[in-house]
Amino acid sequence: MRHDHLISAKQLSRADIDTVLDRAADIARSPPDVNQYADTILGLLFFEPSTRTKMSFDSAMKRLGGTTVDMGTVESSSVKKGESLADTVRVIEGYADALVLRHPSEGAAKMASEFVDVPIINAGDGAGQHPTQTLLDLYTIRENVGFDDLSIGIMGDLKYGRTVHSLSHALTNVDARQHFISPESLRLPRSVRYDLHEIGANVREHTGLDDVLSTLDVLYVTRIQRERFPDENEYRQVAGQYRITAELLADANDDLIVMHPLPRVDEIAPDVDETEHAQYFQQAHNGIPVRMALLDLMLGGETQ
Amino acid sequence: MSENDRELRVSKIRNGTVIDHVPGGQALKVLAILGIDGSGGEAVSIGMNVPSEKLGRKDIVKVESHELSQNEVDVISLIAPEASINIIRDFDVVEKSRVIRPDLVTEVIACPNRNCITTRNEPVDSEFDVLEDGVRCVYCDTIVREDLTDHIATD
Ligand SMILES: [Zn+2]
Repeated sequence: MRHDHLISAKQLSRADIDTVLDRAADIARSPPDVNQYADTILGLLFFEPSTRTKMSFDSAMKRLGGTTVDMGTVESSSVKKGESLADTVRVIEGYADALVLRHPSEGAAKMASEFVDVPIINAGDGAGQHPTQTLLDLYTIRENVGFDDLSIGIMGDLKYGRTVHSLSHALTNVDARQHFISPESLRLPRSVRYDLHEIGANVREHTGLDDVLSTLDVLYVTRIQRERFPDENEYRQVAGQYRITAELLADANDDLIVMHPLPRVDEIAPDVDETEHAQYFQQAHNGIPVRMALLDLMLGGETQ
Repeated sequence: MSENDRELRVSKIRNGTVIDHVPGGQALKVLAILGIDGSGGEAVSIGMNVPSEKLGRKDIVKVESHELSQNEVDVISLIAPEASINIIRDFDVVEKSRVIRPDLVTEVIACPNRNCITTRNEPVDSEFDVLEDGVRCVYCDTIVREDLTDHIATD
């Protein structure tokens, strides 16, 4: 890949996406030679809790034969004493060959990348971007239904859902028809709509799933967070309308896959787990080969 | 004597800047961009809704002892694309230039997204791409269209 850092899904061309997914597919089939990374150290800087994403990167690096160093929790680090992010990354850059950053502020990964020479991988910046989630989402879509003539419904909290922002952008590379389904108050933010419009993406916005469910190959569900609503009743009304059940999926295409970046609360009923549609646990597992592929391409790609 | 000369002579300034051809009614926004609210003691004169061949009505802003930085000129260009900037030294116009709409504006606009890294205590300046009808934060992607001057950075 031609990028030193992975900050935003907007950086990813179709060729980049294919390169990572092809490599991930190879890795999933046969584990790579691990000796190459024996001396490689990946720094894990998680300024807000995300056990799974962190473990996924940790596991990916170790399965490649490398090791990780972990900043630990914010409570136990120098950040608590008021150190800037710019200073923190400049110090930890000396401890690792690449840094994975999760931070509550939008733009944090981009700023960090301006202060260090080692590659930065954005593992989520506020409501901004989460490009490695996008790569594993794309991998899951490609392995199950392919990218040709793809019709995808993206449902839930589209305003604050960074996985949605990254995914919708990346999907413009594959000419997918994107249907956005959300309550009026949680529509895509202006900046994402602006980008999709500029690219000329094939997108539609809906407030309900009924019109489009039968046309979809993928239904990507995200969590609607209670704290986004001023009162509990309003939340319950909205959340109830965006709940997927096995019964509802009876009207769907047989090949439809249901995806979710997890954790879910009750937007996908447990009875969906038993159907052929459920792909969200496999989707989470796909994070390992995809992140291994990405690390391999970013840290050792030139020797391949 | 041209209209322009006459106005310059009405309230001459010794050293400073005259910003001419500001769209009618926008003069106070120009002052906001320059961070001038009168409390600093600078001599400021404003002509508002002056007849103009080019714009119909225009505003003129004259500020004593203040030469504009490039960043300030860049942001003024967003609300006053036709503006001209005259630098005055010892009562003479020593430099006259039109504003040019830049691709990028830095420092002068503060990002309205309170969760943006540029609003934190970090060693990073705000930076906005200039769109056709607004500006966009390079760090968090937030787009500002209306009320640009509400987001002028104040130190
Ligand atoms: Zn911003």
